[in-house]
Amino acid sequence: MKDFIIPWDDRDMGTPAKTGAAVTLTIDGFDITVPEGTSVMRAAAEAGISVPKLCATDSVEAFGSCRLCVVEIEGRRGTPASCTTPVAPGMVVHTQSSKVRKIRKGVMELYISDHPLDCLTCAANGDCELQDMAGAVGLRDVRYEPGRNHFEQRAVVGDNPEYIPADCSNPYFTYDPQKCIVCSRCVRACEEVQGTFALTIEGRGFDSRVKAGMAGDDFLSSDCVSCGACVQACPTATLQEKSVIELGTPDRSVVTTCAYCGVGCSFKAEMQGDQLVRMVPHKQGKANRGHSCVKGRFAWGYATHKERILHPMIRDSIEEPWREVSWDEAIGFAANRMRGLQEKYGRRSVGVITSSRCTNEETFLVQKLTRAVFGNNNTDTCARVCHSPTGYGLGQTFGTSAGTQDFDSVEHTDVVIIIGANPTDGHPVFASRLKKRLRAGAKLIVIDPRRTNMVKSAHIKAAHHLALRPGTNVAVVTALAHVIVTEGLADEQYIRERCDWDEFREYAEFVSDPRHAPEAVEELTGVPAAELRAAARLFATGGNGAIYYGLGVTEHSQGSTTVIGIANLAMMTGNVGRTGVGVNPLRGQNNVQGSCDMGSFPHELPGYRHVKLPEVRAIFENAWGVAIDPEPGLRIPNMLDAAVDGSFKGLYCQGEDILQSDPDTKHVAAGLAAMECVIVHDLFLNETANYAHVFLPGSTFLEKNGTFTNAERRINMVRKVMAPMNGYEDWEVTQMLANAMGAGWTYTHPSQIMAEIAATTPSFAGVTYDKIEAMGSVQWPCNDANPDGTPLMHVDGFVRGKGRFIVTEYVPTLEKTGPRFPLLLTTGRILSQYNVGAQTRRTANVVWHDQDVLEIHPHDAETRGVKDGDFIKLASRSGEITLRAQITDRVSPGVVYTTFHHPDTQANVVTTDFSDWATNCPEYKVTAVQVSPSNGPTDWQEEYAEQAARSRRIQAAE
Amino acid sequence: MTQTTPAPSQDDILALIGSQLHLEGPLLPILHLIQQSYGHVPQIAVPLIADALNIGKAEVHGVLSFYHDFRDIPAGRHVVKICRAEACQAMGGTAVADHALQRLGVEWHGTTANGAVTVEPVYCLGLCACAPAAMVDGRVVGRVDTARMDDLLSGVGA
Repeated sequence: MKDFIIPWDDRDMGTPAKTGAAVTLTIDGFDITVPEGTSVMRAAAEAGISVPKLCATDSVEAFGSCRLCVVEIEGRRGTPASCTTPVAPGMVVHTQSSKVRKIRKGVMELYISDHPLDCLTCAANGDCELQDMAGAVGLRDVRYEPGRNHFEQRAVVGDNPEYIPADCSNPYFTYDPQKCIVCSRCVRACEEVQGTFALTIEGRGFDSRVKAGMAGDDFLSSDCVSCGACVQACPTATLQEKSVIELGTPDRSVVTTCAYCGVGCSFKAEMQGDQLVRMVPHKQGKANRGHSCVKGRFAWGYATHKERILHPMIRDSIEEPWREVSWDEAIGFAANRMRGLQEKYGRRSVGVITSSRCTNEETFLVQKLTRAVFGNNNTDTCARVCHSPTGYGLGQTFGTSAGTQDFDSVEHTDVVIIIGANPTDGHPVFASRLKKRLRAGAKLIVIDPRRTNMVKSAHIKAAHHLALRPGTNVAVVTALAHVIVTEGLADEQYIRERCDWDEFREYAEFVSDPRHAPEAVEELTGVPAAELRAAARLFATGGNGAIYYGLGVTEHSQGSTTVIGIANLAMMTGNVGRTGVGVNPLRGQNNVQGSCDMGSFPHELPGYRHVKLPEVRAIFENAWGVAIDPEPGLRIPNMLDAAVDGSFKGLYCQGEDILQSDPDTKHVAAGLAAMECVIVHDLFLNETANYAHVFLPGSTFLEKNGTFTNAERRINMVRKVMAPMNGYEDWEVTQMLANAMGAGWTYTHPSQIMAEIAATTPSFAGVTYDKIEAMGSVQWPCNDANPDGTPLMHVDGFVRGKGRFIVTEYVPTLEKTGPRFPLLLTTGRILSQYNVGAQTRRTANVVWHDQDVLEIHPHDAETRGVKDGDFIKLASRSGEITLRAQITDRVSPGVVYTTFHHPDTQANVVTTDFSDWATNCPEYKVTAVQVSPSNGPTDWQEEYAEQAARSRRIQAAE
Repeated sequence: MTQTTPAPSQDDILALIGSQLHLEGPLLPILHLIQQSYGHVPQIAVPLIADALNIGKAEVHGVLSFYHDFRDIPAGRHVVKICRAEACQAMGGTAVADHALQRLGVEWHGTTANGAVTVEPVYCLGLCACAPAAMVDGRVVGRVDTARMDDLLSGVGA
């Protein structure tokens, strides 16, 4: 197995690829056939001929400003720019005539006349297109005398008054106008690729400069979201990663997969030895197509943060300080304790929590640990608290617990519904692809209590924003269905062909009831009926309709019902089974899909097969040589309840911080405190570790081999780019623990674990590391029927047979507002931070978000005497916290919003223990609260901070 | 036309923006209207325009800074533009310009202490046949020598 591979061809083709009829032309005597609309420059590149260029790059449309790429075309006057000239049949192009050579040399001479000649000390030395092109055109002399300029700090006498210093305000990259050739690639990348429109060219002529934001702004204060697209596009050192300035140019690169959100972007980790220099989005990555966001591109510094724990630690009780010990002692201690607990309290008194941040192989091993070694099914995963309703809802209606499309599909969609998702913050690379499609004319419907950036931002505007009251998703989705059915907009032919017609008739009768009409639910949902009707009509009649949804759908007491309602909407409008349509959950974490696929749930073996089924158990019993418990195990909330009751005593928790991420923090803390052996396997002493007895240091995604599965079911390779600082990859640690308990596992590489997964799980039957290496990535199901994987699901019919309509009765949540708690709190996240922030809080990303704030409408703030930036107390029936208020009309009156990235805020102290009826997914998105002015942390926050500090003590080495 | 007025309020600017939104490509008309109303385009207008047109603040800034005629601070009561293009230079325009700057005691783009005159360079007024040329508050003047420049400046109170 090759761990280090040379990335596939990522030559810059100059202009973007086109699709169209074939056109044949001749370039420098070679015939080349390309799609209609292709530029002459790209056609030449296809033929292996490089035309010199500066302002063209294949991530943005041609611009034609640098005039370096001029060519001669027989029968045409002058010397057209090859980047802006489309090919024509029979065209005869000469890229290297003496005439164009002379022009190019002259152009280059002018560029260099206004550019410093400090290549040797320049950060882009060796990685500079200006340098390359000067070489390519044979520039040997600059005849222009040095004159007034903005790039020399000192003039012949004294300081140069026209010198413009670099803008270093962004923590990750600098903008140095010295090196700028004003090619506009950064401005165009910001517009076309990222869609933020934060950059412009200010001034004109000789004074033209790249500028972030308006007058007085720098990069940090502008609208820039630090996605890195401009840095990627810059041909010189003008926009340059600070890590490259500090460390120098990388000398090798390894393609791997980002470990942040569920988009699953491919990156090149560019290295010097085992030193990571930068992460660069990989053009061949099928999820991200060469784009990135601030987290994946820049926020990897946590991997070497000083707070990372590299040595195993144990303690007898959580009152004691930690004691650093050898791996052997820690593993032995953990194994003895777990076995001891099982002997004393029974086989089912211990369990595991798998991680959605670890690889498929690691997750598989952790659930195997509980099933094959502990001998029970007490395994659950963080997906419990995010997308478990997706698994249930889509499994029931379509037959697979996963999204139906690949991300490329968004390029063919005409109407998009986004429900309960904030992709510009949670899934930024997908948001950029969606915004690009919206700018090309697709329509958007946003269903969200908050005015997210998708509702309105530069050059995009939702056709309809249904700003519903939190907790009324089902009522809104059912009302949409009501309009579609009663106005005769349902796709009857599609439903008859692919779905169960009788079930549809039953559903149609249900939704047609006048009590589901938009007018009838308007008072409940707060959505104007006319707006809702218009949205329903648009979705049903606007062409290819795609639905993307997030945790705003699932994290409710009726999360599963809403997922089913969404599936119903897609089926009744004929929007499943082809490109540009579908139902797509936006997964929160990098490997939520994978951790669910790998049998992390207590009732399901890998591949979503119930443990009650003897034929499924037999597969694993044969493979593993053990008997598998036929009884489903405990879910996370059940584990905690059982711990408080005294029947659940030991937990192995890998890569998840349940204390911070799970609802009703006080209950989680009580459960953990009641256990006798909590093993935390993580990078940092997280909040859960405050209650742990064993701490096993984890490895980062840079330090391991394996695979992640993203939101489009794409299995992407994770490649080890450096040795684990803690000594072992996470799967090795799990294996050591299992073997200390007598398992006798002998894996030497994750590919062997994948082979075991393929041998036992039908949808992974065809997956091998060799195949992923060869194809770049594979979308499951990958088996004999689909040897190359499945980009689109349900193409010829639903996996379960006939698509199933299920009645979606709205049942209000038990969490209700009243005189004491009149506001509704909903939670979410922000672009620069990720989940509980364990990683991003340990990077420079904190400059954008250093604390959680409470968004509150001006009206609600005024009646409570709260001003912008004030400390306020946020109280619910569960608990109270303090944080600062931010007054904004993004939220409606009656609704407040915050994020959960910071442990000293502990937003989950106030969330309740209500949860989804089908899957126990907690209702994070609806909590009745009151807001009042405050002047400091609550008692809980102070006590917690004190306990956390006490618990994190590490005994000095003797 | 070019005189100082009280700083415009957000509502005033929004009203001006709103009056142009029916046009196709309303950005330049909005900028012209604001400048016409206040003698300059204040920075507070930039985010308001960006929001109203649903474009980036950077884009508004790019357009605004491209055209030298848009001001970010109000000009003096009168604006004198002196041509600095080739034909006028050939006919002694540089000396006339130097004289004007010296008499006013300001640099290019400067405004006299009494707020009467702002002096600006301009690159060709289309009056090459009558060079050197200048323009006073929108009225072009040909064959400007130092004496005529003095007359012009006196006429506008400098």
